Amino acid sequence: MDNSRQLIQYVLSGLSNGAIYALIGFGFAIIYNATGIINFAQGEFVMLGGMLTLFFLVFLNFPLVPSIVLAILISTAVGIAFERLAIRPLKNANPLSLVIITIGASILIRGIAMLVWGKDTHALPAFSGNEPLHIAGATIMPQHLWIFSITVLIIAANKLFFNYSIIGKAMRACAYNSQAASLVGINVKTMVLLSFVISSAIGSMAGIIIAPLTMTSYDVGIMLGLKGFCAVIIGGMSSGLGTVMGGLLLGLLESLGAGYISASYKDAIAFIILLLILFIRPEGLFAKKETERV
Amino acid sequence: MLKQMFRVVISVLFVVLMAGSAVAAPPIKIGALFAVSGPASFLGEPERNTAKMMVDEINKAGGIKGRQLELIVIDTQGDATKAVQGVNKLIKDDKVAAIIGPSTTGDTMAVIPVVEKAEIPMVSCAAGVKITDPTKKWVFKTAQNDALAVPKIFDHMKKQKINKIAILTVSDGFGSSGREQLVLHAKQFGIQIISDETYGPKDTDMTAQLTKIRGSEAQAIVCWGTNPGPAVVARNVKQLGITLPLYMSHGVSSKKFIELADDGAEGIILPSGRVVVADQLSKSDPQKKALLNYVENYKKHYNVEGDHFGGHAYDAIMLIKGAIERGGDSPAAIRDQLEKTVKYAGIGGTFSYSAQDHAGLTSDAFVLVQIKNKGWTLLK
Amino acid sequence: MTKEKREILIFLIFTLAVLITPLFLRGSYYLNVLVFIGINTMLAIALNLLLGYAGQISLGHAAFFGLGAYISGILTTRFSFDPWLAMIISALMSGGLAFIIGFPILKLKGHYLAMATLGFGIIMFIIFNETVALTGGPSGLSGIPNIHINSLVFDNDLNNYYLIWVITLMVMLLSINLSQSRIGRALRAIHDSEVAARVMGVNARVLKVQIFAVSALISAVAGSLYAHTMTFISPASFGFNFSIELVTMVIIGGLGSIYGSFLGAAILTVLPEFLRVLQDFDIVVYGLMLILMTMFMPGGLISGLRLIGEAIGSRIKRKSVSNA
Repeated sequence: MDNSRQLIQYVLSGLSNGAIYALIGFGFAIIYNATGIINFAQGEFVMLGGMLTLFFLVFLNFPLVPSIVLAILISTAVGIAFERLAIRPLKNANPLSLVIITIGASILIRGIAMLVWGKDTHALPAFSGNEPLHIAGATIMPQHLWIFSITVLIIAANKLFFNYSIIGKAMRACAYNSQAASLVGINVKTMVLLSFVISSAIGSMAGIIIAPLTMTSYDVGIMLGLKGFCAVIIGGMSSGLGTVMGGLLLGLLESLGAGYISASYKDAIAFIILLLILFIRPEGLFAKKETERV
Repeated sequence: MLKQMFRVVISVLFVVLMAGSAVAAPPIKIGALFAVSGPASFLGEPERNTAKMMVDEINKAGGIKGRQLELIVIDTQGDATKAVQGVNKLIKDDKVAAIIGPSTTGDTMAVIPVVEKAEIPMVSCAAGVKITDPTKKWVFKTAQNDALAVPKIFDHMKKQKINKIAILTVSDGFGSSGREQLVLHAKQFGIQIISDETYGPKDTDMTAQLTKIRGSEAQAIVCWGTNPGPAVVARNVKQLGITLPLYMSHGVSSKKFIELADDGAEGIILPSGRVVVADQLSKSDPQKKALLNYVENYKKHYNVEGDHFGGHAYDAIMLIKGAIERGGDSPAAIRDQLEKTVKYAGIGGTFSYSAQDHAGLTSDAFVLVQIKNKGWTLLK
Repeated sequence: MTKEKREILIFLIFTLAVLITPLFLRGSYYLNVLVFIGINTMLAIALNLLLGYAGQISLGHAAFFGLGAYISGILTTRFSFDPWLAMIISALMSGGLAFIIGFPILKLKGHYLAMATLGFGIIMFIIFNETVALTGGPSGLSGIPNIHINSLVFDNDLNNYYLIWVITLMVMLLSINLSQSRIGRALRAIHDSEVAARVMGVNARVLKVQIFAVSALISAVAGSLYAHTMTFISPASFGFNFSIELVTMVIIGGLGSIYGSFLGAAILTVLPEFLRVLQDFDIVVYGLMLILMTMFMPGGLISGLRLIGEAIGSRIKRKSVSNA
């Protein structure tokens, strides 16, 4: 009885962390699919979401919903500024300079956040109370339910957007072949900008809903960004559902690893899995095999 | 345009700095190495703030024997390389008379060979036992040893008839030193550690470790870390409905912890410097005056309450001030006088250094406190 | 003057400058700064071989630096090896490890390679941090002995300066040779187009792995020297941040340029000095610098210098022509 109760708790904890990773990873996948860029600054949008909400809610005493809306709007504006000022003007856009630029942007955003809000960690109040919920002998927080449902909502909305709306289809076309897309009259530049808009909005949303649980500070973006990245690599870049599966799997492995193997090496476990998957199945576990892009 | 603004800012800064130091006698230079940024900034920032505040205050009051103090702060970022570069600059370029800091045990161990060779006295603000054990000629420290904190906890456990415990420590310098001391002292107290878990400094969920602990026969949990990790632990303990008594370290004895852990903080017992319970101390307590003065002063300057991390820098400055007042401002004189410090009642405790003891504190540097109603209660 | 002759001449001038610099800096703090610049130059050159010549990114190079430092530190403190022997063993072990993991890792391209090397760096950092019994864990490993040759102990800035710069010069010479050789040309071919290089009969895969191993080996030597001059090491010096700092050195100095690596290493080593006035603003300046350099000066500072040099050169030429 006690053992199974333990296992259920590991699984529940793992899944709830996994949902967070999936949501962050989703932001990576959107930009990657539209532009082929891996945005190393993605984690910073997660940080911005949490810190901005906190700023409006706690320091300026705004109500919760306007704080959240403002936080998402500002993070998105930062995303747009980043694309317009650093990505678009770049002349020789090889992977190396793109990696460096996004790393530079992540350092810059983190630095500004540190100057504006200081180095302290802050806690955001939970959306709906702090009374733990009991499920089959294990417990989760009400906030976890928010995380699960918002993750599901965002994934579903994206599925609809990319499969049924004209803009979504155009963005997918850019991802497959941007030259061909521009030939049929799609404005590729707008689509790239749009991918930054969507991904920074999702990133900040992720940051907002996890802040009551994980707390937030100017430097939370690094580790969360890396974990989100692991999630998309495990699941595969090309499918939304794959990313979600990747995130959940990563969360599960971490929690089971910490529980049954060693908590000290749980991050190492995550990254070893990342390497193994890159070596053996670089397109991800849950994606259809693509042809190599030269 | 930007360049011009930059120039203006720099020259204004320069003028301000010059104006500050343009007093007759040359100032006595004190170097400071603090981890102001990076993962140990929770130590370095209050330490830097406190040191600046103290030096300003001393200077406003006319300096030491009419000489002003000049504080030169270097940010080590908690990185040994930067600490060693910084200490070389302080000694060889700025030619400081004494050094306070570094903030972390790692940084301190890295700069010890340099200060020993250059023969400059250093008062470290880090807690590691090995800084002053074995004793080094030029190295002192103000932060309380973990070796003093752990027995406080175990004493309390013995009274509650707790014999089997689980420990959960953070995998950084603070946690690994605490873990070492916990394991070491457990044997002496006849306490059995039946679950020994760690977590990473940036981890945001410890339910897996705590679930494992819940499944063990532990009668109490000891968590050793600094914000924000222990706050997550406290919240997770509440979430999992664990009712075992939760002990923590002096690493969380700040208002910030209670704010972060929220309801989870209730009932936690920890050893702490007297700073958090300054107002509850009896009037005869020799530290009371310094403590109240520090807490108020820090609040006035920085709008937050001073914690015992900043207190390490307070003590370091005051100890050096005392040494200079007694013996002059040459490095050798400062060192000799530091060693002769007797019963200086500061923030971290009552210090008495000697040729054999450069840590200077006894176990009464710590008191045991419990968190009740979002505040601190002194356990007698 | 042929290109090769010019290369040799520049190297000789540089060597001379390195050798006589201490005469002007007796007992000065800047000698100590130059010791660290030397170590960072070695690391930047090592990374540049990979990044600048072969076009393969690595965001985990601090791991090899740390591996060199830790193997050397552990062998000398716990098994009382001679520092020189420890250095050789650490270099060979790190090079060997790079050779083994190089095959699967370098199969990856672009962003995937960046992520894989980053992951490798983080795994190594966790190992440094968690194997407390061996590495001393987060609070570090102290008491590492200084290097010595008979009775000459490298325990002061002047001696360390010559020790580190002689080895750095050797590394520079090796890299210059490498870039001028057939291997260098083959590497540049891979950089431009791997497919084309393969068609031309270059065994791209083995070559990339070899250069990765050489790069790791040099980094490990730098790590070992670092450990023996600092006499103390802790994991925080070998983390993700330092990997990024190394990449920054190479980018700012100039991809594919050995003197650029020196320039980048020098700037990043002394930058904190100048940024100290700005206090907490330094991280912002850092980020801005990375972005602006990549956008507006992709060839790094060395290309900027070269442009200025050429401009001045042609002016002088024009002047002398008009005078004549």
